[in-house]
This record gives sequence, structure tokens and C-alpha cells, in this order.
Amino acid sequence: MTLASTATTGAPSGQRPQLVIDKVFKQFGVGPGAVTAVDHVSFDVKPGEFVSVIGPSGCGKSTLFNIIGGLLDEYEGDVLIERERIAGPHKAVGMVFQEESTFPWRNVIDNVAFPLELQGVNKSERLDRAHHFIDLVGLKGFERLMPSALSGGMRQRVSIARTLVFQPQILLMDEPFAALDEQTRLLLGDKITQIQQDLNQTTLLITHNLTEAVQLSDRIVVMTYRPGKVKRIVDIDLPRPRSSDVVSSDAFGHYVAEIWADLREEASRGMADSESARRGGSRG
Amino acid sequence: MASPSFSQSRAFPILLGASTFIGAFVALEVLLRYGVVNKYVVPLPSQVLMSLERIVVEENIVGRMRDTAWEMFVSCIAVIVLGVPMGALLYRWQPLRRALLDWVAALAAAPLVLAFPLFLVIFGRSATTVIVMSVITGLAPIVIKTTEGLLGVRSVLINVGRSLKMTDAQMLRMILLPAALPVIFSGIRLSWTFVLISVVGIEFLINLGGLGQLINDLAERYDLPGTYGAIGFVILVSVIFFMLLERVESWLRPAR
Repeated sequence: MTLASTATTGAPSGQRPQLVIDKVFKQFGVGPGAVTAVDHVSFDVKPGEFVSVIGPSGCGKSTLFNIIGGLLDEYEGDVLIERERIAGPHKAVGMVFQEESTFPWRNVIDNVAFPLELQGVNKSERLDRAHHFIDLVGLKGFERLMPSALSGGMRQRVSIARTLVFQPQILLMDEPFAALDEQTRLLLGDKITQIQQDLNQTTLLITHNLTEAVQLSDRIVVMTYRPGKVKRIVDIDLPRPRSSDVVSSDAFGHYVAEIWADLREEASRGMADSESARRGGSRG
Repeated sequence: MASPSFSQSRAFPILLGASTFIGAFVALEVLLRYGVVNKYVVPLPSQVLMSLERIVVEENIVGRMRDTAWEMFVSCIAVIVLGVPMGALLYRWQPLRRALLDWVAALAAAPLVLAFPLFLVIFGRSATTVIVMSVITGLAPIVIKTTEGLLGVRSVLINVGRSLKMTDAQMLRMILLPAALPVIFSGIRLSWTFVLISVVGIEFLINLGGLGQLINDLAERYDLPGTYGAIGFVILVSVIFFMLLERVESWLRPAR
């Protein structure tokens, strides 16, 4: 199997991109102390495609997530959804956050039905739809439990179901499995792959986990350490439907090794930077 | 030692509380009877117990409890109605918070009860004076705790709301207030403690109305068992208020 990697910033031709990130630039602060978090990042995501953005800590992944999600509205460049430039949170984007984000005062079904409640959907319909997505994320039977009674992985699935329930065109996830152990991460990865395939859900995953990115994605955008630029975009040509079994294949190992070669350089820069900052801090 | 299953039963805390009360009652009785504590300062608990029937029959205790409970109820509701929005306002508007939060905290420590002559001039010797003074006394903790609770809401929950394009009012009602509820309730408990003390204290000071006035009257008659018995009724009213608050809290805050 050939490892198809591309240095271009666009999706393969043939289908119009659903999400376009065009020369996005974001700087925090002004003057000599200003930090460039995202430096003219461009890529796009086609309908039904699963794209991951991977990079070392400090490469501006979360800044990019917040910009695409409309939570950060002062930036240069464009984020376009179906050719419309977004300003603020967009109804087509559903966000899943890294931190635990279920509402502890609502049980599972009320958490999942929350977006529908905001939309004014009547109770019976919103419960029906919530049940469907609870089932989809494998939490049938847990509807009446409070989040405190669930494990971290289950709570994250509640968050995912809550996001999927209003059927966003684009699912945007920021390291949703970061707090989970490796086995749960792989199993949840299976679940996400299955859901993404079942719903043909356009998905953009922000992650620093290499195996997770390769396991789930059609394409991987590799970012440089600060300032965050697109280093390259790698097409993942692994068969679909895909499951966590794919991690034992040779092709998977090749992709991981190839992307790690790029990432190692960036991660080393990040680590050196962090160590030098600590040394500076301890002297100060 | 109680077995783990019994100590976790619902009856255990009630029995423990009752036996602690009875133990303290008996210990005080013994100390007084053997002269370790002066009988002319602290009445015998058994005398206090026997005085209850007398003050119920002779001192219109039901009517007095009703008056005090009503003043407490109005004051307790008023501190919530005023305090939570004030706390939310301080949360929402940072300059106001920076300007006022220290003053609000200072208000909690101020001996407002000493300003009762001023309130008597404004509102007269009436239940209004008791209620207004009690509300002002109880306001600071709930305002501070509401602000603190709202400021402590995890940013990810706010981001969930923003990602769902919630309006400010929806955000406050459906995310901020429910998330801050545990802290707000600790403020309510503190405020209500201040309010309940204040209501009885001001009734005592201005010699008006309910149980506070009764305590004043009985103390002036040097009826020590009756005085302590009346204090027992104040405790009873307070217990009822806090039991109600606990019910409301457990209804609003299912197990998290």
C-alpha cells in the first residue's frame, strides 16, 4: 500500500468543500511579547470526510478549534461553511469539548435533549430523538442516570450525543478522549468511526494523539509547533468501514511512523521551548 | 460501635442527634444540681421543659410563633429575591463588581442591629422595621456567594452554551444559575441564619410582636425557665425553616 501524502492545503478534487479554513491567522497580545498562535493556516473538509488536525502542545490547535467554532471572533483570514463566512458560533457546527462538559444537574436524557429544548422542539419529539442518539453512542439503559454516576468515557459519549442530537452539518471535536485511558480511547474511537460512517458526518478532530488521528481520519493536517502552521496534509488510505483492529495493521504502523517523523521535530521544539521557559522562570 | 449498615441507615442520624441532645440535657441537669453551674444564671433543663406548657397556655405562643415565622418568611424570601439578582449583576458587570464587592463584604460584618433607632424613625415600631433590618442584615452573604458561584462556573459549560447560540437570558437561566446553585445555596443558608437571628433580635430590641418580644418580657420578669423555653421555640421555627430549605435544595439539585 502506498502512503499518499500531499503538501497541498486543499481537499482532493471532485467534491465541493463543506468547511474551508483560509489563511487563518491569530495573534495574542501586541508588541514584542505577542504570540502568534495560528499562522496562515489553510485546509478544507469535504462533506462526510473525517479530518484530524494534529500537532504538539502549543501549536494553536485549540485556538483553531475556538475560531472554527466561532468562540474566538477576532482573527484574520476566513472560515467558510458552505461558502458563508462565519462570525460567531454557527448553527451548522456542533462542538465537543476536551473537558467534561455534561450538565451535572441534568440526567443523561435531559443532557442529550438540551439543544432540542433550546430549539423549542416539543417534549415527546425531543425525547424520541434523544433516545435515538443515546442508543447510537451505546448508552441505552442509562437515560435516567445523573452524570456523576457515569464513567469519564460515558460522560464524553453523553456530550457527543448532545452535540449530534441537533444534527450539525459539521462535528468539531477538541481532544474529546484526552482524559480517557488508552483502551477506552480505542473503543470510543470505534464508536465515533461507526457514528461518522452511519451518519456520513463531516468531522474535524483536533488532537495530539497520533494513533487516534490515524485510526479515525481520512486526512490528517500536521501542524508545526508555535507559530502553528500547516506542515503537511496526509491522506490516510486505510479501508472503511474501519475499527480499532486497524491499529495492528502494517499500513497503520507506516502512517504512524511517517507522521511521527514530522511531529517529533515539532514536539522536540516544543519541549525545548518549554524547558527553556522553566529555566528562565527558575532563574527569575 | 454501630455496624456499618446501621450507621448508614436513615434512622441513624436522627437517633444520634436525639441522643446527643438528651445527653447534653442530662449532663447540664447534673452539673446544675451538683452546683458546678450556677442555678441562678442557668435554669435546670427539667424546669425549662416544664415551663413549655405554661408559656404555650399563658403566652399565646402559637400567635407569637406565627408572627415571628411570618417576618422570617418574608425576610428570607426577600433576601433571595433581591440578593440573587444583585449577585448576578455584580457577576455580569465587572466594574460594578470591582467597585462594590468589598463594600458588600463589609456590610456582612457591620453591626446593623445597632442602627435600629434610625429604622424606627423611618418605618415606625412595626413588623416592617423588623423585616427591612433583617433583609439588609442577610443580604451580603447571598450577594457575595451568588457572584462567587457564577464566577466559578466552569468555562467549558459556558462554551457549550455559546456554541449552541444561547441568549444571555437562556445562559443565565439554563446554565449559569443551575451550575452555581450549590454555592448560591450555601449563601442562602448563611443569609437565612443572619435573617433569623436578626428577626428575633430586633423583636427583642424594639419589644414588638413575636418570640423576640416574649423572650424580652420573660427575661424582664426574671422567668429564666420561661425565657429558655421561648428560646427553644425560636430554635424550633429555625429548624422548620432550614428543613424546608433543605427540601427545596434537594428538589432543585438532584444528586450530582
